[in-house]
Amino acid sequence: MTPFIGYFMLGSAFLIIVSMAMMLTRLIGGPTLYDRLLAVNSFGTKTVLFLCVFCFIIGRPDGVDIAMLYALMNFIATIAVLKFFNYRALNVTLMVNDESER
Amino acid sequence: MMSAFILFGAVAADTAAVTHSIDWVGLLRNVGTIISMVTGLFFVMAGTIGVLRLPDFFTRLHAAGMTDTLGAELILIALIFQSDSLQMVLKLLLVAFFLLITSPTATHAIAHAAYKAGVKPVLGKYSLPDVEEDGT
Repeated sequence: MTPFIGYFMLGSAFLIIVSMAMMLTRLIGGPTLYDRLLAVNSFGTKTVLFLCVFCFIIGRPDGVDIAMLYALMNFIATIAVLKFFNYRALNVTLMVNDESER
Repeated sequence: MMSAFILFGAVAADTAAVTHSIDWVGLLRNVGTIISMVTGLFFVMAGTIGVLRLPDFFTRLHAAGMTDTLGAELILIALIFQSDSLQMVLKLLLVAFFLLITSPTATHAIAHAAYKAGVKPVLGKYSLPDVEEDGT
């Protein structure tokens, strides 16, 4: 990696951090719950991107594994929070539908 | 010529002889990295500004959900151009695949939950069409 590409990736990481900080304002001041959830989801995606770029900057490619883990955890956390605020519980008891029994 | 040295750094100068040889593969990799990264950062910043400034929940969701997927893919492609080993390329492709699957799914789930919970869009002079209840 040439020095110019190193400085270029440093600037890119700084822009991603600025974008994450702007997303935090929507997270704090969002009018509804779903605005905050959207901000958390987008923040997680930007965190994955920042981790990948930062691993290239410091020259240690181990953090891409952490980025992969973070992408999956972000999706699962979003779905879990949506399920909790939809049913007000995480272990939802399924209803038995008598008409569909054969 | 000096700017070419600073910008790409891919010009290998032989000090003994006067001849210069240009590393075309490294130059193409750097140019691909710069183009993909600038485009991806443009999309990411546009999505963030859209989330901050649009007036409505569904328009904010549209701004974030569209641009995050494309911007993330472009930034990961820019990193793939710079990676040296095959292992690194496969890891970054796996991250890109996971983001490509999970980001639209999460956006759809948030939109569906908000519509079920009764979040109303700002419509101005227009009005909602009549949608069947089981059509959602």
